[in-house]
Amino acid sequence: MAKTSVWSDNRFWQRSAGWITGFAAVLLIWLTFDTAGQIAMGTDEDLKNGVTKRVPGPTVINYKITYEMSDKRGHEVPYIGGNDGKGGSLFQEKQKFFGRDDYSEEEAAALLHLGKLGSQTKNCMNCHTLLGNGAYYAPDLTKAWLDPAWQDDGTMQAMTGKSTKEEAMAEFLQHPSTYPTHARMMPDLGITAEEAKGLVAFLKHMSSIDTNGFPRNFGKIRGAVNGK
Amino acid sequence: MANNHLTGIGSESKQLATWYFTFAAILFGAQLLFGLVAAIQYVMPGFLFELLDFSVARMLHINALVVWMVFAMFGSVYWLLPDETGIETIGIKIGKLLYWVFVAAIVVVVLVYLFVQVGPADETSIWFIHEGREYIEAPRWADFGIVVVALGFVANLFLTGTAGNRSGIVTVLMADMIAFAGLYLAGMFFTDNISVDQYWWWWVIHLWVEATWEVYVGAIAAYGLITMIGAHRKVVEMWLWIEVAMLFGSGILGIGHHYFWIGTPEYWWEIGALFSALEPLPLVAMFIHVLYDWGKTQGAQDATGVEVSVINNKPAFTWFVLNAFGNFLGAGIWGFFHTLPQVNLYTHGTQFTSAHGHLAFFGAYATILIGMMYIAVQGTNGIKVMKHTKSSLWAVSMICGGVMGMTVALTVAGYVQVLVSRAQMGATWAGYFDGQSGMWFAQAMDWRLVMGAVTFLGFLFLAKDLLSTGKNPVHER
Repeated sequence: MAKTSVWSDNRFWQRSAGWITGFAAVLLIWLTFDTAGQIAMGTDEDLKNGVTKRVPGPTVINYKITYEMSDKRGHEVPYIGGNDGKGGSLFQEKQKFFGRDDYSEEEAAALLHLGKLGSQTKNCMNCHTLLGNGAYYAPDLTKAWLDPAWQDDGTMQAMTGKSTKEEAMAEFLQHPSTYPTHARMMPDLGITAEEAKGLVAFLKHMSSIDTNGFPRNFGKIRGAVNGK
Repeated sequence: MANNHLTGIGSESKQLATWYFTFAAILFGAQLLFGLVAAIQYVMPGFLFELLDFSVARMLHINALVVWMVFAMFGSVYWLLPDETGIETIGIKIGKLLYWVFVAAIVVVVLVYLFVQVGPADETSIWFIHEGREYIEAPRWADFGIVVVALGFVANLFLTGTAGNRSGIVTVLMADMIAFAGLYLAGMFFTDNISVDQYWWWWVIHLWVEATWEVYVGAIAAYGLITMIGAHRKVVEMWLWIEVAMLFGSGILGIGHHYFWIGTPEYWWEIGALFSALEPLPLVAMFIHVLYDWGKTQGAQDATGVEVSVINNKPAFTWFVLNAFGNFLGAGIWGFFHTLPQVNLYTHGTQFTSAHGHLAFFGAYATILIGMMYIAVQGTNGIKVMKHTKSSLWAVSMICGGVMGMTVALTVAGYVQVLVSRAQMGATWAGYFDGQSGMWFAQAMDWRLVMGAVTFLGFLFLAKDLLSTGKNPVHER
């Protein structure tokens, strides 16, 4: 009788499956610890001390945020409070948010908390994408705060008759079907003024997250119509 | 002829399995109906506006999908346990009670989705309306219910597996189902940090559908090959262990392809690209394995001089073979299309994902679970050789044709989005709508609706066949 080969032995394959699965799981858990540290939310202290975090603290809403090419990284990154010219944020330039740029850590965190809760309870993700995840029935919200349409010369801001983008966005969120931009409209979700303020804070905060250059070229192409 | 233990008469475990299959089939129908509503809204945006908005229809569409699959998965395990272990499932009374708890919870959740829809931005809405997190929207109270039901199911499986004959298939299922149930816990908390939120959210979604569910399918396919064509258990189970190694070896770290753009570090580009690029390999292996075993057993049968098919359940085996191919095509090919970060930078969050989602969920899971429903119909009716009927053939052709048609249409729509909205227009609000209003996008959405309707008609044939074929005199008894 021929000797049976280990390659046709079920025990061998069972053990291999166990070892490979265990190894992959341990590696994932180890990477999770590293990633968890890197994506933990920053603090007001970090922003004041010029410490760059992948997910900045809630008081980032006091600062001006831009999304520009970083030669060092080879893609666009969010710059908080200005660009230091060396591929990093300056953490200097403030920007008023509903008339103030001095939100305390507690105030900003409360707004972000309300906004994040709102983003879930209003089911944003089943029409929009957030960080690219969700449904595809409405535009991606990752960098919505920086969308040219909401800026001072933008069509959306003009339509709501408001003079700042946060007010324009909050107005739209409260009465979306009053401002139909396309045949496909956002429904009225019963969003209150306070909830709208929280949601806009959430959007502003999300735009400051370092998403490794997603979405590419965001807002860089202005005035193009139908690709022409 | 292949099997000698297909009868479901007298087994309480198998009776419970048929309950699970019945509710799964009802939810499958609901999934398609709400999918049709959402598809109509792409073509006619005013349809049910502010009555049953896209967000609600889509939430019901994908939740019904996940839940009917979980029901059919539980049902399949209750069906095969007595065959594999040689004993009646232990704790079956509790299993039956938990079934009704599960059904009642689902009905309440669906009614709240339909009639409450959204709530104020507070924790109460998260606890009692929905959590607003794609695929696992179920409110927090239902999360706990699901955990209790899943634990009861896993306990039954473990008690029966250890008391009876613990085959390779049962061993794989025991390990796999405990991971499947445990992973759900990763999706049961609230955080203000959306990057942390999505990090753990993918532990549930990805480690279910690209790891534990795939291994589950490998185990079910192994069971099907043994019972339907009489494939050799030792060969089938050796393949199963190889598949487990390949699926978990690629799928667990393949989760990295969801961590390219959510705030997570750059090293996930390399890890995600490498391991998710390997994910199609076990799917190729599974496809080859099914065809190889089929050819081998049929060849052995032919060599005896009696030319008779080794397949004792034609409709079920058809769905199993479609599973082997559909898993490779939908999860493997359509997944690989956009899994590399260089490509995914532009395809992430477009209809491309939707095209892949439709073909992968169908090819990898819907097919084999429908096959298991046919095995249950055969068993409960004491049929020796089950044949195709006109309805079963119409069901197979229309559902497969419909889903494939939707997938192609969504792929075209995805290309338009990638090229116009993303590459050309830089992903802004205006860019998004430029892409959506393009002629090719609009035509693709028309075709998706037509193909969705074809799929639904196919489902009606399937439901009719599952309900009536058991008594059809065409089968050998």
